[in-house]
Amino acid sequence: MASVRAAGTLIRSAASRYPHFSVNGRRNFSASSALLARTYVNYELKDDVAVIKINDPSGRVNTLTKMMESEMMEVLYEVWGNGAVKSAVVISTKPGSFIAGADLNMIKACKSAEEVSGLSRDGQKMFEKIENSPIPIVAAINGPCLGGGLEFAIACQYRVATKSKKTVLACPEVLLGLLPGAGGTQRLPKMLGLPAALDMVLTGRSIRPDKAKKMGLIHHVVDQLGPGLNDPEASTMKYLEEVAVGVAKDLAKKKISLEKKKGLMQKLQDSVLGLSFVRKQIYNTVQKKVMKQTKGLYPAPLKIIECVQTGIEKGSAEGYKVESEHFGKLAMSSESNALIGLYQGQVACKKNNFGKPEKDVKKLAILGAGLMGAGIAQVSVDKGISTILKDTVTEGVVRGYNQVYKGMNDKVKKKSMTSFERDTNMSFLSGQIDYSGFQNADIVIEAVFEDLSIKHKVLKEVEAVISPHCIFASNTSALPIKDIAAASKRPDKVIGMHYFSPVDKMQLLEIITTDKTSKDTTATAVALGLKQGKLIIVVGDGPGFYTTRCLGPTLSEAVRVLQEGVTPKKLDSLTTSFGFPVGLTALIDEVGVDVAAHVAEDLGKAFGPRFGGGNPELLKTMVQKGFKGRKTGKGWYIYASKKKEKQLNSGAEEVLKAFKLTAPPAVSGDEDVQYRLTSRFVNEAVLCLQEGILADPIQGDIGAVFGLGFPPCLGGPFRFVDSFGADKLVQKMKRYEDVYGIQFTPCQLLLDYAKDPSKKFHK
Amino acid sequence: ILSLITTCLVLLTAKSKKTLAKPGVKNVVLVEGVRTPFLQSGTTYADLMPHDLARAALQGLLHRTGFPKEAVDYIVYGTVIQEVKTSNVAREAALGAGFSDRTPAHTVTMACISSNQAMTTAVGLIAAGQCDAVVAGGVEFMSDVPIRHSRKMRKTMLSLNKAKTLGARLSLLGSIRLAHLSPELPAVAEFSTAETMGHSADRLAAAFGVSRQEQDEFALRSHTLAKKAQDEGLLSDIVGFKVPGKDIVSKDNGIRPSTMEQMAKLKPAFVKPHGTVTAANSSYLTDGASAVLIMSEEKALAMGYKPKAYLRDFVYVSQDPKDQLLLGPTYATPKVLERSGLTLADIDVFEFHEAFAGQILANLKAMESDWFAQNCMGRKAKVGAPPLDKFNMWGGSLSLGHPFAATGCRLVTTVAHRLKKEGGQYGLVAACAAGGQGHAMVIEAYPQ
Repeated sequence: MASVRAAGTLIRSAASRYPHFSVNGRRNFSASSALLARTYVNYELKDDVAVIKINDPSGRVNTLTKMMESEMMEVLYEVWGNGAVKSAVVISTKPGSFIAGADLNMIKACKSAEEVSGLSRDGQKMFEKIENSPIPIVAAINGPCLGGGLEFAIACQYRVATKSKKTVLACPEVLLGLLPGAGGTQRLPKMLGLPAALDMVLTGRSIRPDKAKKMGLIHHVVDQLGPGLNDPEASTMKYLEEVAVGVAKDLAKKKISLEKKKGLMQKLQDSVLGLSFVRKQIYNTVQKKVMKQTKGLYPAPLKIIECVQTGIEKGSAEGYKVESEHFGKLAMSSESNALIGLYQGQVACKKNNFGKPEKDVKKLAILGAGLMGAGIAQVSVDKGISTILKDTVTEGVVRGYNQVYKGMNDKVKKKSMTSFERDTNMSFLSGQIDYSGFQNADIVIEAVFEDLSIKHKVLKEVEAVISPHCIFASNTSALPIKDIAAASKRPDKVIGMHYFSPVDKMQLLEIITTDKTSKDTTATAVALGLKQGKLIIVVGDGPGFYTTRCLGPTLSEAVRVLQEGVTPKKLDSLTTSFGFPVGLTALIDEVGVDVAAHVAEDLGKAFGPRFGGGNPELLKTMVQKGFKGRKTGKGWYIYASKKKEKQLNSGAEEVLKAFKLTAPPAVSGDEDVQYRLTSRFVNEAVLCLQEGILADPIQGDIGAVFGLGFPPCLGGPFRFVDSFGADKLVQKMKRYEDVYGIQFTPCQLLLDYAKDPSKKFHK
Repeated sequence: ILSLITTCLVLLTAKSKKTLAKPGVKNVVLVEGVRTPFLQSGTTYADLMPHDLARAALQGLLHRTGFPKEAVDYIVYGTVIQEVKTSNVAREAALGAGFSDRTPAHTVTMACISSNQAMTTAVGLIAAGQCDAVVAGGVEFMSDVPIRHSRKMRKTMLSLNKAKTLGARLSLLGSIRLAHLSPELPAVAEFSTAETMGHSADRLAAAFGVSRQEQDEFALRSHTLAKKAQDEGLLSDIVGFKVPGKDIVSKDNGIRPSTMEQMAKLKPAFVKPHGTVTAANSSYLTDGASAVLIMSEEKALAMGYKPKAYLRDFVYVSQDPKDQLLLGPTYATPKVLERSGLTLADIDVFEFHEAFAGQILANLKAMESDWFAQNCMGRKAKVGAPPLDKFNMWGGSLSLGHPFAATGCRLVTTVAHRLKKEGGQYGLVAACAAGGQGHAMVIEAYPQ
């Protein structure tokens, strides 16, 4: 019905004046509903100001859809046609959302690059009309103003934004493998200057209102209001509208000038940037930086630079043309497809699919104040969850307490938290060495040493003091939860919560359920994780669950590759150039060589020769020599010096020599090494899906990318199989299987997909 | 018909309670209240120190009452911005004012309700039977405030004290950088939120839809009423102050009735450019001190004093220091009325502290709002706002000035004086304070 209404009004006025949006087929609708209010965009007059209100009734946030755009233009033509209207304000009536971007489905529905370019050109034309508006238009922003929403706002003559925590401005297109395709690459450099604009479009970083004002991205900020005659959100929106209407009137009366007053620094910068060789230098520098960071695996940033450069050096017309062309190409790229998939996966993994828990987690207790325990504490207390951090010794508690404090104090230094918030958050933390207060805990997370007998010991101790409803969660990275639950009196209350280190930086939380874990236990754990700000995958129980299990064969292969004479540095460069954010040997150092050895041993026992490859004794020897990775200052590399270039650990090289193998030439080329590592990772992931450890490929992709650093440009193991081709992958594996045997035998599910090319993990 | 009207009038003016005296509870009375003239900071008082102003108020109290110094059991005094040399300003001022050195004195601080806290401390001491005569008051001296070295500089200087060798000292001195030299200025800002009070007041006014014009009108009312009271000699709590080396000061100097046109010209002081709180509709930085003599009724009568008023129930409240920083009166008023068993209609005289016109008007609107009562105060319905014809009729902090810690005593003394002058029985004092706190007190006229 909504679309019919909207279409009806579209025919009424816009079709003739704005033929561009009169898409075929809409003319078939009857115009009888013309008098009804519009669905997405409405307006009212306040004196001589048209207050244009947007609201997408179908979504949680406003997105730029074709329908919304056409109604917007229709309203604007009506406003422009009314001589009594001297200015306009555009504001959203949806609480906490301005415009969160263009509708991704609109882009995904396109079949060709040319079609997407068409969308881009439509947007460009629409915003050009707004930019050339005969009356000033004020964008009144509360809530996210992202992507297409930002491009819309910067086409307006003036921008007022609230200081709400929800208000952020950004061009996140690059994070989706796209570019700001509706004039963003052309307007931003003019508005912010070349360096700031490039930073904004290339990083996609979120800009808070105060910073945005300083940069010149917005003109005016409005404070958030507290409760008054109405609730704070409503009061703030009303206030924003009043201020924006006032500004609009002043603009119409020319009481406010649109000319920017430039400071000395700004003038200086402008004059320097006026020199073409300086600009050229900037393009080059930025391009080099992008190449270094992306290894050329992500096309979007390079295209963005090209768009910006074309607009500045060859003029807007050419700039817009290049922008829309590149936008179309990027939208069709596998990288963008992968990144959009990850974005949608993230959204999916931010939901609790297990229902509302019977009891909210008000009190959390953590056993073990080490790196993990304290990390979990930090992401809990800063969400206002009362948390006990228990260790066996006071020194441990102090260390953990200091870690939490430092984590938050760093935020204070970066001004993303006030010192008062830090202090209040710290008041939620109780460091202790006894079990006092555990009787009030709703959930206990253990982060003690990875040893089953120790886990059993603490489980029994904890169960003696906690209340019947309290959940026991284990932050193990490899021990099967059912083995831990074996010691429990109430296995339905036992669950795995596998956090990733450093907990305050890594987004992923892997939750592991056994067949005895109750649904409410899962719902509670997921709810806690979501409150802690985590992306959550819920997987079945088994040795290594999902993430650690994928890592197992990959690391085993990495050790073999090293034994075969590939240096750690070379291995790191091979993996990073494939798209892994951290090289594999560097990753082992970060995780801890001892942890890797431990996991390799455990999983080797559980899965047998399939997990073989490198000699497990190699890592053990490293551990014996004290090369445990970054934490001991030495692993594959030496971490003592603060030099930029990491030094190889000669001790580790000697260990490698002792375990040296001959590399089979047929499968030892650079590309083969990359695919040997990747195919074992991917095969294990697909096997997890086959065995039901994974519920769906989406969680598999999210877990691999956000927990293990699987190349984001590939979108995760499952999307990689889809885009690379299961058959091609199987061919490669067969070739490796001929040399190494069972470790490269493709699993049945992968073989099924290889046989039938129409089968895809992602629709 | 006439009799019906009279009955109605009687009904309308009839009080819920004849008196707030309670059996078994000591009656605490206000015997006298005085204050120095309140001056804009940086004017005639500029070269004094805080305890000088406090001395003037204390001496003025003794002078006016003729009270024997040795009969003062205790002194409680309020201050907000502390002069570090006289951190217990109560004691220094009492000694300097010639009180007995055997009379203990302590200083309290609770932002703009510091002297309210001093007075209620006195009430507590008397009610508990510990004292019979207590002097309370407060002083604020904004002409001089402690400006500190930066923390880094302080740290270096303190280390310098401990450095044993010349080399160590030189290396410490060498570590001083230009940035160390920038001073730290005190701000009227919340520690917890870092927001200045004026900024919070502006947001509060916006949340309650208080317009710039309403605020200017209220500020103009305050100045006009204060001028009238000054001209009619109603501000009799003022005691003249001979400032050393200067004239005798006997009048407040911040009362300046302006015109709406002139006030409209001012730019907003805190929220720029669209804010509504300006210098003209805010209270200004003020120097001043006040003092009151509080006694048990029986002792006062025994010593031959006629009290001015009974100090009855009081409450302190606190709420969110960010969004409800200045709403203390809204929370405190219904609470103290309930405590004393009175209704808003029983009150003849209202004296509310005027921090900002926007703050007063926001409080009045909050008290008139069912939404606010239900959603923020957990009440079933609004309590209602005081009628303006009983409200701050002799001016307020906006016009008379607001020496933070001295205002509370001025409010209480003014209520006592107004009750007497206007023939009312009950008065109510309410005030907001930094930290999101508030206070209210019910005062009952002493029978003539």
